[in-house]
Amino acid sequence: MPKIDSNKKLRNLMKKYYVKAKLGAKYWPFTKTCWITSGGPVEILIAMGITPIYPENHGAMIGAVKMGVELSGEAEKLGYSQDLCSYFRCDVGQAVTQKSPVGGLPRPDFLLCCNNICGTVLKWYEVQARYYDVPLVFLDTPYNYDGLNDDIVNYVKEQFESIIPEIEKITGRRLNEKKTKQVAQYANEGIKLWNEILSTCENVPAPMTCFDAFFYLAPIVTLRGTKHVVEYYKGLKKELEALIAQGKGAVENETYRLVWDNLPIWYKMRRLSKTLASYGACLVGDTYTNAWADNDINPDDPFGTMARAYASVYLNRNVDAKIENFTSLIKKYKADGFLIHSNRSCKPYSFGQFDIKDEVSRRTGLPGLIIEADMCDTRAYSDEQIETRLQAFIETLKERKEAS
Amino acid sequence: MITLGIDLGSNTIKTVVLEDGRDVLGSCVRKSGYDTKIITDECVREALSQAGAKFDDIKKIVATGYGRVSCDIAHKEISEITCHGKGAYFRMPEARTIIDIGGQDSKVISLSDNGKVIDFVMNDKCAAGTGRFLEVMATALGVALDDFGEISGKADKMIDISNTCTVFAESEVISLLARREPVENIIAGLHKSIASRVLALASRLRIQEPVVLTGGVAKNLGIKRALETVGKINIGIPVSPQTIGALGAALHAYALTLK
Repeated sequence: MPKIDSNKKLRNLMKKYYVKAKLGAKYWPFTKTCWITSGGPVEILIAMGITPIYPENHGAMIGAVKMGVELSGEAEKLGYSQDLCSYFRCDVGQAVTQKSPVGGLPRPDFLLCCNNICGTVLKWYEVQARYYDVPLVFLDTPYNYDGLNDDIVNYVKEQFESIIPEIEKITGRRLNEKKTKQVAQYANEGIKLWNEILSTCENVPAPMTCFDAFFYLAPIVTLRGTKHVVEYYKGLKKELEALIAQGKGAVENETYRLVWDNLPIWYKMRRLSKTLASYGACLVGDTYTNAWADNDINPDDPFGTMARAYASVYLNRNVDAKIENFTSLIKKYKADGFLIHSNRSCKPYSFGQFDIKDEVSRRTGLPGLIIEADMCDTRAYSDEQIETRLQAFIETLKERKEAS
Repeated sequence: MITLGIDLGSNTIKTVVLEDGRDVLGSCVRKSGYDTKIITDECVREALSQAGAKFDDIKKIVATGYGRVSCDIAHKEISEITCHGKGAYFRMPEARTIIDIGGQDSKVISLSDNGKVIDFVMNDKCAAGTGRFLEVMATALGVALDDFGEISGKADKMIDISNTCTVFAESEVISLLARREPVENIIAGLHKSIASRVLALASRLRIQEPVVLTGGVAKNLGIKRALETVGKINIGIPVSPQTIGALGAALHAYALTLK
């Protein structure tokens, strides 16, 4: 994609965040650090001035710099199976070695785990709570087997009444209402902006690809509820809109518009983006980055709306809802086909994908391709095999285009 | 007008010389060795000599298979899925599902009524359910792979052998030999093992008959029998099933000359 200032700004933003978190935890005694899952209620932490740390975001960084096998190997040496989530294995690996692109994560004062993204996180956080000997705070979000209902929302909301005093007791800080409202306001603004940023790809040609969006995603996950996110996304949105106005597309001669499902394959971002671009194929939308784009947090009812939002994240919804969501993204982005990453690590994301593929194809009349890989563990990936499948898939898209 | 298709597979290299997109004038199959280029050249020469043609007569060349990117004489490279689709449809236009079992991968392709690829699946990163699986077993059994079809025809049962892993299956076969199980029953069991693995793959698509079996493994009639028994389907085998990919490439090359 054309060079824009937001890339550098993002690097600086994330660098500042990690440096501040690491130095604060080490040298500033009043700093409180909490490790939190990617679907956890970070707004509470932000409002209390607690530094949130995301082992999953860190895992993505580890994957991107191809340290996944080395750090997973450390966890495997301790007896953890290679079949477990590679983010988990990398997190164990970085904890015992303090190796990673940022030299390991800062020591937590406590952990905040929300099981709306998977069941693995609960065991993962239990392991880390024992390792660091710190308290674990847990938010339980029941899976939406039959869709979201008020019982689920109320059950999640009620838990805020117990976990907030728990966090207050651990940190010695109070959650204040005014600050909560402000954080909810920023969170909501950030989410809306993120949605608008992703939606710029409705434009033909798309001003960015999902490979870019995977990168721009970091702030809405890690710093949601701060004004930095809002400011950063305002700038990014402006730059993307300028690209649209100039008619510049992220992929030269955009010919095939594809929608992606599941996490990125972090260590193959560059290669895959080059391969797809060489066919004129652009990833215009994906279920992963959109998972942070459709929540609604109301500052006048922060806990009620947060309960609803956290209970109904993409991975906590049933297969029917996933089919609906995927289908609507494909229509929204005027796609020609779709790619599904069957991710060895992420079971709740990869579950049901063959049925999802069939049904989405039936509803949209478009072909899809499933590729088998892993988000961090390069051992689960084979260049030749994946690229042959991609080439064949593009050839079928080409024949379809020519026939119509 | 002469066109050439080259299929550089993991195990063998195949060439087909085609005239006017209609008549196969020559073809060749060679074991791919250390130097792919030399063997490709030999394979091209052999097919050309059968055709009574010279290299300069060739209008267009298309390469397919795992080595396709490194084939410097080709004008274009096309994936083996598209080539198998085209080749199989040319030989058997009634085909709607193609099962191709090659040296290191197996694939299932759905074709539309006009021979276009609608959908496809390929095996995961595992050699179970491929030609390599049978090769490993042939070595373990001390039986020539070419005899597998005939020997398994004498079997009175198909022994259950795991298809999850080639290495585990090999140790299973060695245990079966130690228990003095008849070799024909073991081989029939191996065929069943591959067939159920490939059919599991195929069931991700809708298997629509007629089903056509291509690839080097199709020369082994034991596999055809096993697929028919386990899958309760009829399987057709085209002429020269191993060169279907190269034929598809040659047909593509012909299409290029028309552009």
